[in-house]
Amino acid sequence: MNITGSRTVEVGVQSNLITAENLTAGYRDKTVWQGANFAFGRGEFVAIIGPNGAGKTTLFRLLLGLQQPISGTIKIFGEQPKRGNPQIGYVPQRHIIDSETNIESLELVRLGLSGKKWGFNPFSRKDRDAAWAALESVGAVELAHRPLGVLSGGELQRIFLAEALVSNPDILLLDEPLSNLDLRRETDLLHLVNDVVRTRGVTALLIAHNINPLLPHLDEVVYIANGRVATGKPSQVLTSESLTALYGVQVEVLRDPHGNVAIIGVEEHHGAIQ
Amino acid sequence: MTFSVNPLTDLQQMLHYQFMVNAFEAGTLVAIVAGITGYFVVLRRSAFTAHAFSEIGFAGAAAAVLVNVAPIAGLLGGSITGGLAIAALGRRATNRDTQIGIVLAFSLGMGLLFISLYTGYATEAYSILFGEILGVSRDQVLLTVGACVAILAGIGLVYRPLLFASLDEDVAEAKGMPMLFLGTFFMLIVAVAVSFAVQVTGVLLIFSLMVTPAATAQYLSRRPQTAIIISTGIALMATWVGLFVAFYTPYPVSFFITAIVFGLYLAVRLTRLAIRPKKLPVASL
Repeated sequence: MNITGSRTVEVGVQSNLITAENLTAGYRDKTVWQGANFAFGRGEFVAIIGPNGAGKTTLFRLLLGLQQPISGTIKIFGEQPKRGNPQIGYVPQRHIIDSETNIESLELVRLGLSGKKWGFNPFSRKDRDAAWAALESVGAVELAHRPLGVLSGGELQRIFLAEALVSNPDILLLDEPLSNLDLRRETDLLHLVNDVVRTRGVTALLIAHNINPLLPHLDEVVYIANGRVATGKPSQVLTSESLTALYGVQVEVLRDPHGNVAIIGVEEHHGAIQ
Repeated sequence: MTFSVNPLTDLQQMLHYQFMVNAFEAGTLVAIVAGITGYFVVLRRSAFTAHAFSEIGFAGAAAAVLVNVAPIAGLLGGSITGGLAIAALGRRATNRDTQIGIVLAFSLGMGLLFISLYTGYATEAYSILFGEILGVSRDQVLLTVGACVAILAGIGLVYRPLLFASLDEDVAEAKGMPMLFLGTFFMLIVAVAVSFAVQVTGVLLIFSLMVTPAATAQYLSRRPQTAIIISTGIALMATWVGLFVAFYTPYPVSFFITAIVFGLYLAVRLTRLAIRPKKLPVASL
């Protein structure tokens, strides 16, 4: 669970942190998607894209152990996901803090580490130092004593990221962290996540609507739409041929000269060519 | 009683009376418990729920009076039952204003029925509704000591998980924290705290110790521990000053307590408005 920092290539099973085989997800009476196969290694940046309601968050719920697969397997470090796995840092979707909440950010980050501990020891020096280090790693030290209720969307995402990172997880699950950010803050946050992935060797799974801002950083993409899941390198997955083959209907992937993509033919556009 | 407030002869004279000593002791214990518990009530936006407990407790207390049992037994029975019921519905239920309001109204109606069936003094009802701190007995003080110790131990045990679950429910749940247990445990603590606070403030004025001090403290500190200390300090100060002033005037203690905490709240909010110029508009999200 340490940051080994080993840049040497780890080969074989060990290097696959998350694996899924023929995974089908959904609820008792409804399959959301089926037949997903993927394997993500340490220190990979993975985007999960697809239309609203396609089941992107469902994948996170499976990894968090909040939901069981209908069939197939999903494993983290070779084991079935379990609720409360300390190897996972999680930032939920539409994660809002009440604007009336007058509690400093540092406290939330610290609770990310010690919130599970029983008993009364709120002044632990160790926890405080760890919280500071986490704030430092996301460049949010100056926000430490600001109340959560007054932070902007971008600032809050940094604090949430620190809260998720403070326990030194191997996997980061970020559910639509870009949804409330303007272009510049979106770029900033993505650079930050990319830094975390590269320097800490954390595997980050990020749910997003638009793949284009992510493309410069991505190792893998998971495209979920119409009950099917395509995974692989962005350049392999995001082609007219592979998506047409997967869906059995004509899907067009358009590219502009800057490398931006737009996927047309599966319910809605995922990407925008400006 | 040995508060080293001020060796005023007034105070000595006042504490010459056993009922005032009892009142100060019970008031102090209740203020500590209410100040601490109130912080979480405010943080979790459960003020209305806390109020509902006290009204369900009122029905219980009125029933207890009717069958000649100590009102505190009815209060505890009523509010704990209400607390367990609301906790069983889950955290989001504590925000269901409508349902809670419906149960609250029914409880008050039941309480009214029990009171009207009771042939004794109408003052019983009055004291449950508005507090009877000056009528607290030695036994009640001892019982309050027990409740105070139990509540403080309970909050000490769940302090960090409760704070985390209150502040960041989704992440706490994903981390595998026992949300239902925490919610139920907290509701039980509030139910017991409310039952004893009713002795001081009465059912209808419960907010004056359970909500206003904590709400004021939230404006004064961004650190939970500090805010809890301030909240407790305000509750203590209001109770002591209220008792002191009420002793020398013909007006009720509960009124002074509510007036003091409200005055402080107002002062804090107005001061903050005055010293804090309007926040500069943020350039973007």
